[in-house]
Amino acid sequence: MIPRRPRYGFAQTALIAAVTAALTACGKKEEAPPPAPQETIVKIGHVAPLTGAIAHLGKDNENGTALAIEEANAAGVTIGGQKIKFEMMGEDDQADPKVGTTVAQKLVDAKVAGIVGHLNSGVTIPASSLYNQAGIPMITASATNPALTEQGFKNIFRVVGRDDQQGPAVANYLMSQHKPKTVAVLDDATAYGEGLANEVEKTLKAAGVKVLPREKGTDKTTDWKAILTKLKGRKPDAVFYGGMDATGGPLLKQARELGLRAVFAYGDGACTDKMKELAGDASEGLICSQAGIPVKAASQSFLDGYKAKFSADPILYAPFTYDATNLLIEAMKKADSTDPVKYLPELQKISFKGASGQIEFDDKGDRKDAEMTIFTMKAGVIEPLAIIKSGKSMTMEEYVAAAGGAAAAPAVTPAETPPAAEAAPATEPAKQ
Amino acid sequence: MDIFLQQVINGLTLGSVYAIVALGYTMVYGIIQLINFAHGEVVMLGAMVAFTVITTLVGAQVPLSPLLIVLVGTLAAIPVCMATGYMLERVAYRPLRRAPRLAPLITAIGMSIILQHIAMLVWSRNNLAFPQIIPLITFEVAGATITAVQIGIILISLALMAGLTYLVYRTKLGIAMRATAENAPVAALMGVSVDRVIASTFLVGAALGAIAGVMFGSYYGIAHYTMGAVLGLKAFSAAVLGGIGNLAGAMVGGLLLGLVEALGAGYIGDLTDLCRWPLVSGWFSERCATDGHLILFGSNYQDVFAFVVLILVLVFRPSGLLGERVADRA
Repeated sequence: MIPRRPRYGFAQTALIAAVTAALTACGKKEEAPPPAPQETIVKIGHVAPLTGAIAHLGKDNENGTALAIEEANAAGVTIGGQKIKFEMMGEDDQADPKVGTTVAQKLVDAKVAGIVGHLNSGVTIPASSLYNQAGIPMITASATNPALTEQGFKNIFRVVGRDDQQGPAVANYLMSQHKPKTVAVLDDATAYGEGLANEVEKTLKAAGVKVLPREKGTDKTTDWKAILTKLKGRKPDAVFYGGMDATGGPLLKQARELGLRAVFAYGDGACTDKMKELAGDASEGLICSQAGIPVKAASQSFLDGYKAKFSADPILYAPFTYDATNLLIEAMKKADSTDPVKYLPELQKISFKGASGQIEFDDKGDRKDAEMTIFTMKAGVIEPLAIIKSGKSMTMEEYVAAAGGAAAAPAVTPAETPPAAEAAPATEPAKQ
Repeated sequence: MDIFLQQVINGLTLGSVYAIVALGYTMVYGIIQLINFAHGEVVMLGAMVAFTVITTLVGAQVPLSPLLIVLVGTLAAIPVCMATGYMLERVAYRPLRRAPRLAPLITAIGMSIILQHIAMLVWSRNNLAFPQIIPLITFEVAGATITAVQIGIILISLALMAGLTYLVYRTKLGIAMRATAENAPVAALMGVSVDRVIASTFLVGAALGAIAGVMFGSYYGIAHYTMGAVLGLKAFSAAVLGGIGNLAGAMVGGLLLGLVEALGAGYIGDLTDLCRWPLVSGWFSERCATDGHLILFGSNYQDVFAFVVLILVLVFRPSGLLGERVADRA
């Protein structure tokens, strides 16, 4: 009989061999410069829902951060005399506030240097107070509820617009183009959906448009027929829904099935090309807004880099998570420290040209002069109709010509930026 | 009135799907007094398999009529679900048949989580747009619209219910099933192969689940790996409402629950609008004057109705509407 011990030993050896092989494989994939022992690892946390109904948007966000980190590592960053290797610690908050605070605590315990996330307002707001207690800077690239930056936290930032900008923007567009007399406002009973719907309702009512009593679904609703049937009896001219694409798609499709002819308008959570897939032909003519520039208007170097790394096009907020990550790295470089206490002041007064344009923060941590874009669904893709910045409306072509050209146009970007060569790595600081 | 009729039509369609899923729960419970909590996942698998087959066929532009493509999708989903149902019984329940009641319940929940995550790995975590290729034909009935898909769902459900009733009350397998439900050891002594009967119960339930999954997908046009959980729970509530273990009960319970949900979601907002009740509107006169409405419970409470019904039934009539079995089985 073969005794048991050697077998056990073999298993152990095999395990060690496997782990070593796996580690070596990982090391090779990173295509890092020859392993330097003095390399310091700095973790940047990224949180978004990676499972559940809007996992596709969460993954898109994470890709933006992963790309920024990869580029920074490839370019090589030295902070405080030490070579830095950034690592992303990607967490899944399942779009659930309870899970959100749990993973937030996990990131705090892991002592990450900065956080990009979360995706949903309803998850970001409770998590932000944990980051605030820990003093770790957090930049969200998609949470648009105004309450987030109204808490007075000094380390909480956002690189997209707020719903009290987005709501009026989409409501005004709806009123100017379609002149509805009666509008039904729906939401998904989340902090984001309800908050945005409130802003839209406020704007509509201020303009004297009749708004029907609010109807609510949830962020998991697939059956909208009861609500839609009720709405049909009240004959609204337009319907606004504050919610995500996973619920907005079935809503729109079922509305058309029931013969509801109203114009539909959605917020940024449902302003994706995926609407065509989820709502089919019913999506044609949908109006929607995004709290930022259209993905397609992001810098070419970002778009190319994303496509090359993930063999897919960015969906919604990837340019913003990409920028948020670069902002963290940039502030660390400026402060010459990865210590949140030391680099936070740099982050507050940063002026940085990212993939989504010039970024500066106001006192609350909101992006100054954030753009809003109004889209319509045309032949299965969302087409930007108007980009609204500082109260001015322009077309996509005008915006790209102004921001993406060889020189930054003074009319759009107040800060003077040197000609940003398209080929330059995006991590390259923009000189003041 | 047309709005009311429309809600009834919506409710009946939804209720038919619930009824078919509820049959799967109730058959298994009737025979081995086990609540097969993984049944919702079987329904989800049915929708997913049909999704893949239909999308592939549509993508390959197979020259078949849409109806035939959906039929092929369903026929592909049925064996997969039956295999899953059989596997569940063989792996998770049969070894525990003599174990305390709680043990198979826990393995049921475990299997449901496993199936969900397998589906996530296979079909991704995205919402899948279930191809709604059956052309949208609508009929006007007294101001309400009913689509061909809705008519189809209701009719197929009724046919399935009739077929199942025939199977249970008129065939040899049905007699064996009822004998096993009555008293398994005695049935075994009479020459009934109890294991085989139980396995076939799972197979029939899973086949019904597959069809329900395709119906749900074609009706709402969406499929997701978590769709089975809530659907399963609601169908379970429907089964309890009708009297778990009772076939007619599951059918009645399913239809009733669909109606309660549709009418509830459609009218709860108006009924709980405090401004419309003279008795209390005085207290909120300011709010009512500016806004006109003060709605206590909105239509987002739709999903709550199923569970309110479940609680009420368990409190006031534990054996369900049609259940003649005593409560100690529940």
